[in-house]
Amino acid sequence: MRIHVDMNRCESHGQCVFAAPDHFSFDEDDVLLVQADVPDDEAVRAAVREAATACPVQAITLQQDGEAA
Amino acid sequence: MSTRHIVVVGASLGGTRTAQALRERGFDGRLTLVGDEPHLPYDRPPLSKQLLAGTWEHEEIALPLAPDPCLELRTGNPVTAVRLADRALELADGSSLSWDSLVIATGAGARPWPGPVPAGVLTLRTLDDARALRDALRAPDARLLVVGAGFLGAEAAATAAAAGVPVTLVEAEARPLARNVGTAAGEFLARLHREAGIDLRTGTTVRSFTGTTRVTGADLDDGTHVPATVVLLALGAVPRTEWLHGSGLRLDGAVVCDEHGRARTDDGAVAEGVVAVGDAARWPNPLTGDTLHLGHWSNAVEQAAVAARTLLHPAEAGELPEPPLSVPSFWSDQHGVRIRSLGLPHLADEVRVVEYDLPGRRLEVAYHRDGELVGALTANRVRRLADYRPRLAETLRRRRTAAVAAAAAAAAG
Repeated sequence: MRIHVDMNRCESHGQCVFAAPDHFSFDEDDVLLVQADVPDDEAVRAAVREAATACPVQAITLQQDGEAA
Repeated sequence: MSTRHIVVVGASLGGTRTAQALRERGFDGRLTLVGDEPHLPYDRPPLSKQLLAGTWEHEEIALPLAPDPCLELRTGNPVTAVRLADRALELADGSSLSWDSLVIATGAGARPWPGPVPAGVLTLRTLDDARALRDALRAPDARLLVVGAGFLGAEAAATAAAAGVPVTLVEAEARPLARNVGTAAGEFLARLHREAGIDLRTGTTVRSFTGTTRVTGADLDDGTHVPATVVLLALGAVPRTEWLHGSGLRLDGAVVCDEHGRARTDDGAVAEGVVAVGDAARWPNPLTGDTLHLGHWSNAVEQAAVAARTLLHPAEAGELPEPPLSVPSFWSDQHGVRIRSLGLPHLADEVRVVEYDLPGRRLEVAYHRDGELVGALTANRVRRLADYRPRLAETLRRRRTAAVAAAAAAAAG
């Protein structure tokens, strides 16, 4: 699984950081940083899916393994 | 395929997210989504910002609904009556619907002015409301009066001021939102408004509106008169549960639910097959020790997921699993400043200001009660806000465990 974030939509709400802090974080200026490659671990993937669901501006899309970008 | 029919009343965030969560959890039966507005489902937070500014329209705020042959969307069709015993609803177009499970997601409406008002006194809750206000603000001589400096009123005032419209913002308290977020954050918000050229009047209220056919302004109780071509009433929100009066469901403004989203009946029992989510619902909250009505976007999203799980939980599987811990969060964007909050700051008996940097547009405040962290708020410091979340989750977990133990002890007599 791979994470894509549309940075034109991102408004730094932080919901993804709350849900999956291993994959989403902020720099000093509140710009979102993304660890895009999600390991094959169901707990981590569930957290990342929750992050995508929680995004208030639907900026996060998840690309499944084997799916074209 | 399941022969079960789930009817969702309310086609906004809570309703569409519950429908989506039901499908994600494998429900393949019939779904009907009933909405009172004529529009396809849309998201409300941008109404006071991008919609009002005219940079976005319906298309940009549409809530996604996956193509679904077993989902029927009935827009522009309010529910007029509900009969729980028959599991049936009556709709405004004269049709009726029977359900196996019911999702209540009718949200909240704008609190009205207590009495008649002249034309041009508006509220802001729907897409049509936002368009009407936007059009009124585009008149060449437009002057806006906003009554109530809560988040919605403040955002609308900021949007109008950014568009060059003269704005007066009237707030009954000494500082905006002081009862919710404390005096330091309230003062920070007040200064943002004044720096943006908004005429902020605090500690006063509107006594009456002037103008017969159309509003010309308002008389305040401090004796002054504020001229205005358009007025926005931002007096808070009230749950839209009037259609449930007399239904047998327990209402305390919103539908009273348990921690799984199951509605309670008047006698305190679980209403079989009925859940409520979002602004129309009250769920238990471990921080208050009571049910809580939260008009927050994230709240509706989280409750939709829990309610879908509740509806699909097989009876033979026994008790429902403990729902995930939910840390309340809300946000507001005003004057280009990102205000973000976690927990329940209004519960605080002690407010600790960690950073107050008005020129730098940065703020960090921590809220405690009985020495325990119950909330945090930042402006342009969401990175720091994230650090509070594990501690808040810990507080919530501890309170929930204590509440469960207390309930068990009470049950054991």
